[in-house]
Amino acid sequence: MAKPDLSVEISGIKLRNPVMTASGTFGYGKEFSQYLDLEKIGAIITKGLSLRPKAGNPTPRIVETPGGMLNAIGLQNVGIDAFIQEKLPFLRTVNTPVIVNLYGNTLEEYGALAEKLDRLPEVAGLEVNISCPNVKQGGIVFGTDPAAAAEVVGLVRRSTSKPLIVKLSPNVTDIVRMADACVSAGADALSLINTLTGMAIDLEKRRPVLANVTGGLSGPAIKPVALRMVWQVSMAVTVPIIGIGGIMSATDALEFILAGATAVQVGTANFLDPSAAQTVAAGIEDYLAKNGIGHIKELIGALRV
Amino acid sequence: MQFKSMVISNVQVSPGYFRMRMTAPPAIVAATPGQFVMVRVRDAIDPLLRRPFGIFDLGTFTTEYTDCGRQTFCEILYKVVGKGTEMLASLHHGDHLDLLAPLGKGFAAGEPAEEKILVGGGVGLAPLYFLAKELAKTSKVRLFAGGRNKEDILCITEFERLGVETYVATDDGTLGDQGLVTQVLEKHLAATGGSKTLFACGPFPMLKAVAGIADRYNLECQVSLEGYMACGVGACLGCVTKGKNHSEETPDFRCVCKDGPVFPYRELKWD
Repeated sequence: MAKPDLSVEISGIKLRNPVMTASGTFGYGKEFSQYLDLEKIGAIITKGLSLRPKAGNPTPRIVETPGGMLNAIGLQNVGIDAFIQEKLPFLRTVNTPVIVNLYGNTLEEYGALAEKLDRLPEVAGLEVNISCPNVKQGGIVFGTDPAAAAEVVGLVRRSTSKPLIVKLSPNVTDIVRMADACVSAGADALSLINTLTGMAIDLEKRRPVLANVTGGLSGPAIKPVALRMVWQVSMAVTVPIIGIGGIMSATDALEFILAGATAVQVGTANFLDPSAAQTVAAGIEDYLAKNGIGHIKELIGALRV
Repeated sequence: MQFKSMVISNVQVSPGYFRMRMTAPPAIVAATPGQFVMVRVRDAIDPLLRRPFGIFDLGTFTTEYTDCGRQTFCEILYKVVGKGTEMLASLHHGDHLDLLAPLGKGFAAGEPAEEKILVGGGVGLAPLYFLAKELAKTSKVRLFAGGRNKEDILCITEFERLGVETYVATDDGTLGDQGLVTQVLEKHLAATGGSKTLFACGPFPMLKAVAGIADRYNLECQVSLEGYMACGVGACLGCVTKGKNHSEETPDFRCVCKDGPVFPYRELKWD
């Protein structure tokens, strides 16, 4: 039997398979290059980038919780100029699409960043973070209000002709309203979900564990919430959806695809197994082969309710 | 590298402290003292993350299990502090683990002629044993070991077997001098002269005190830091510490896992 076809397309970005690495869990790719073949995954999404270098939060920044972890890194990153100088040269040598995740603290920053990234031929697409819950004057304002989200997405849309993915926050009452607002404002695709805001407490010290008090929950613990949101959004919009949230295995990834995701992102799993994304991609191929499925597209949104 | 490892032995060396020997591929011998391993305690989601441990020792032993009759191993010395280390402590010979190793930057050995002074607090002694083994081949080595009580003073006999001269301090005086190990260290330095290099691993306040001593006595000093980390490879940015040029406007965060865990003390900001 012929090898199954895993290739998918997200708004013109051609992926050899639907498995990407989630922003903030995979550095700039190079950190993981000795542990997996970067040319066996669908795309690399880089650490969230801002216009200027960003210090991030004080430590402790991470803590493990049952089936998951909380992080409050605070979007520490090298900034766009150092990214171009120091990180992009390596990524240029890898034959896998590079999608840059970006965020701003103001509307203007989002626009300026998108313009700069638009000029880089190595960048296959942009993923706009409107949902990071950690930075007080940042993401959360845009990501939880449909009008504010639409304003950001519209501005980025006018600043770039590259494929535009918007990453949604789950910390909202109605995820479908947010999805609709972003698509109307020009999003080519949606990725969801970002982390769920949570906290951990140290009983002995009677203090929060994280220096930032609250953090974003990720890992297997959030998968059921993510699946539900992907499924709801997939029924409401026509643009491609990228499923994120606690994907540890090919089984998890395939569940997201059934729920309506065209592609998926592997995040927290990269921390415990640096070759996780490649293992997930290989596992999807095995599943298709074993079940006589010729193309992954046969499973997208194939959930029977 | 990432590899599957088998537990060879896992013994309690002091209440709450265990020493575990695990098989490792031959390439492990390229590891330098101060480097660490990330252990996945079991193939499940609880505990979720790997746990980092400094390499306590490595080498080869004779076995019937391999074709060549030799098996390379690495050892960790760890304290039971939570669910992950509790599970680790329950493992037996023949159990399997998944390891990433060796990770991070280790200690630089320095000049052979110089006396080497190691300062360890509690389980911070772990990487210092591997270091002492290397340094004792060419240099005079002294170890200053500190802890809350005698149960925190680990594997001192093993250090002494290497020819290392040992000095002990405990908070409650149950072993060695009563007081802080850094006080004993400073007393020693004040009474002796000559060129020396310091190597320290332990809790942050102890390292800060050692850095202060290095400054006052104008000695070279390398410190090995602990950090709460998820990945061990420089991606999660959970374990960062402030570099010497750090400010909010010009961030200079160093990853304990990738830029360290060993740093020359002058590279870090200690306030």
